[in-house]
Amino acid sequence: MVWHADSEIPDVDLIVLPGGFAYGDYLRSGAMAALSNAMRDVIDKAQKGVTVLGICNGFQVLTESRLLPGALMRNAGLKFTCRGVGLEVNETQSVFTRKYDHGQRVVFPVANGEGNYYADDETLDRLEGEGRVVFRYADGENPNGSVRNIAGILNEKRNVLGLMPHPERVVDPLLGGTDGRAMFESLLEGLG
Amino acid sequence: MSSPIAPEIVKEHGLSPDEYSRIQQLLGREPTLVELGIFSVMWSEHCSYKSTRVHLAKLPTKAPWVLQGPGENAGVIDIGDGDACIFKMESHNHPSFIEPYQGAATGVGGIMRDVFTMGARPIAMLNALRFGEPEHPKTRHLVSGVVAGIGGYGNCMGVPTVGGEVNFHRSYNGNILVNAMCVGLARADRIFKSAAKGAGNPVVYIGSKTGRDGIHGATMASAEFSEDSEEKRPTVQVGDPFTEKLLLEACLELMETDAIIAIQDMGAAGLTSSSAEMGDKGGSGIELDLDKVPQREEGMTAYEMMLSESQERMLAVLKPGREAEAERIFKKWELDFAVIGITTDTKRLVVKHKGKIEADMPITALSDEAPRYERPYQKRAATNGKVDVSSGKPILESLQKILASPDMASRRWVWEQYDHTVMADTVQRPGGDAAVVRVHNTNKGLAITTDVSPRYCKADPYEGAKQAVAEAWRNITAVGAKPLAITDNLNYGNPEKPEIMGQIVAGVDGIGEAARALDFPVIGGNCSLYNETNGEGILPTPAIGGVGLMADVHRMATIALKREDDAIIVIGETRGHLGQSTYLREIEGRETGACPPVDLAVERENGDFVRSLIETGRVDTVHDVSDGGLLVALAEMALAGNIGLEVGIAGETTESIPFFFGEDQARYVLAVPAEHTQDILDEARDRGIFVTALGKTHAAKTLRITNEGEISLSQLRESYETWFPNYMSSEEIPVTN
Repeated sequence: MVWHADSEIPDVDLIVLPGGFAYGDYLRSGAMAALSNAMRDVIDKAQKGVTVLGICNGFQVLTESRLLPGALMRNAGLKFTCRGVGLEVNETQSVFTRKYDHGQRVVFPVANGEGNYYADDETLDRLEGEGRVVFRYADGENPNGSVRNIAGILNEKRNVLGLMPHPERVVDPLLGGTDGRAMFESLLEGLG
Repeated sequence: MSSPIAPEIVKEHGLSPDEYSRIQQLLGREPTLVELGIFSVMWSEHCSYKSTRVHLAKLPTKAPWVLQGPGENAGVIDIGDGDACIFKMESHNHPSFIEPYQGAATGVGGIMRDVFTMGARPIAMLNALRFGEPEHPKTRHLVSGVVAGIGGYGNCMGVPTVGGEVNFHRSYNGNILVNAMCVGLARADRIFKSAAKGAGNPVVYIGSKTGRDGIHGATMASAEFSEDSEEKRPTVQVGDPFTEKLLLEACLELMETDAIIAIQDMGAAGLTSSSAEMGDKGGSGIELDLDKVPQREEGMTAYEMMLSESQERMLAVLKPGREAEAERIFKKWELDFAVIGITTDTKRLVVKHKGKIEADMPITALSDEAPRYERPYQKRAATNGKVDVSSGKPILESLQKILASPDMASRRWVWEQYDHTVMADTVQRPGGDAAVVRVHNTNKGLAITTDVSPRYCKADPYEGAKQAVAEAWRNITAVGAKPLAITDNLNYGNPEKPEIMGQIVAGVDGIGEAARALDFPVIGGNCSLYNETNGEGILPTPAIGGVGLMADVHRMATIALKREDDAIIVIGETRGHLGQSTYLREIEGRETGACPPVDLAVERENGDFVRSLIETGRVDTVHDVSDGGLLVALAEMALAGNIGLEVGIAGETTESIPFFFGEDQARYVLAVPAEHTQDILDEARDRGIFVTALGKTHAAKTLRITNEGEISLSQLRESYETWFPNYMSSEEIPVTN
């Protein structure tokens, strides 16, 4: 764990910006956190190729700090939503998803109030054209109005992934599923 | 010290002329305005329990596993291996009616502080909500605001909201109930209490700054509502859950040291009640210098600071010399920290501000000497009589109608707005009999529920209160846990009316009776009285929050059917009691008859048997039978597992309506794998337990009743799942008063 005020991130293989809430979220989720001391070095390291995973609030921080394109707006239903949603693994050519099958259907829970992904058409076309849309909400499962059912995206160098659903909450059968395990197994294998 | 206070000022403070004379007597002089304010909150019903205290003393509060009963911020039970579970339920009814989002949010914040001030990390939240009838113009707005407020605060805290209840009834039209329960985990040898023992110790203020919000909230919570209640909006506090999260982490970090002598949150009546209660419990005096209090606004008076209910604040007494160490921790978390006073040996509360003594009063005048009333009450008056129903209504049509009714429809719309899976220990989610939260890094699980059937309590306040405790016990049992203790949240009308006081006395007696018989002691609670608007009281609503323990979460039952060809078995006798039933209300439009009686001995025998079947791994599918009766329970099990079943009438009751919709107590439905069925039937009969086999699960996605017909699960699901979202998405009716 790194304290928000620290200006240096230790040398690691993987930086995770977890879900949760951050100071100043009431302005726009992640807006203030993106300006924290610790994020400066995260941005620097991400640009140098260190693997970065942002989940939920972490994804919001990644878009706010411009490591990923687009923005996360208020859910279309205007309510916080916590439930399991069906996703399609759209891209397996990444260190995050190499152990999934292309097109594999998984269920991860979402738990957010601002998960409605938006970007302009040009950006979206580019994301799709470059194989950077990693997770999509399955047909009829989009919980928040995200454009083109986008649930998770990669940066251009493919070392930064942001997604709204929570793979870390589905790694134990007792908690309702193990669909998220393959992401962490992919990372262990790919970064090991 | 000051000039006499005008009678109208006394009245505005909610004090009676008699109470005011007593204050003059206790002080030996006229009180200052600040002192009057302090008396008014400390002697309010909310803080002093003046109408209920003599009755609450009758409740059973002890058991070998109870580490702390009522009297501290929350109760504590031993859950083995050096772990303790700390929990409490508290109401935030009045503020939530006036300003639903902030009222509910700060209710959540307040109960969390009660739990973490004792050294626990909160691990689960529940809430028991009662709203007015769906057609009332304010109901939708209140549901929407309260649910968003609970989610807004709890989600940000990162504590899962895992269960609760929602009811609608016209008696709550002008007075909704928002009862929040928090469950936390601590080390049994690291429990923090509020007794400010010893003189010369620094009194420190931690958390947010003090503002003018919430002044006189406790007094407001102790008065009836009228048409002008909207004007009380400024007395509702505004919550900041992110600051509370910081406060939680900072307090737990400070608690890792041994610097704390006593700590208490500033809840109702803020600085006043926290300082007075800590001094009282420690047998010491407290001297406060208000110039040192971190303030959010300029020019605040002593009166305002003592009565402010600004949120996210704590008061602690430290060992001398440890201030700097504590301050470092709070600065790190970017919270205010200030030494604002000192403990003394005078047993007096002294408040100084700008060089002037604003209050100087004996602390016992605020606690021991607070009024205690034995209010007149009417003896128990139960509604009796058997009810008849018009037969001939198709059973499955009635089932569909009941599943689509406001009180019975799926609460998914509500709990999907709560993060119920954060912390990664929620092993049983909302929608079952009890929520189950794993004790982190162990296989132990805590089963948690809130229960009460207010319509039963209206028909018979004694039997209804017994039923609430029994149902909490049954819900915990139905998941396979051993029920350990309860917290009660007593919501009633105006205790000055003998009829209402009668409901309270009978309710407390009923809770006590059931708690004793089931070894389910009351370790904390809260009273919310004066729940009336324009003279009309709410249904008596003694909400019970229960906690139980299971040794291994891998051996847990859920309500979802899991396999085809499981036998459907009912434990407990179906007599067909229809008085006060959901069937009667939803199908015949009547709220009549006696509520179902609870035989606590049978309750215990049946429950102990069901639990033993779960613990030994023979049964994994159980649902208690409650609102709506047997058929509703069966439908919920089928829907949860998406597996169909066929059942028929069995046993003594042969009429289909009483059989399928009667609300007899002490019953459970089990779905049992074929290989265990005969053994379980035999064992039950050997133990003298009433058991009947009704049918079995089958491959078709239907619910079939022998000789009645069948209905598809998708049709049932449609009925069950659509009422809430449809209701909430209908056009908002403008609020008019």
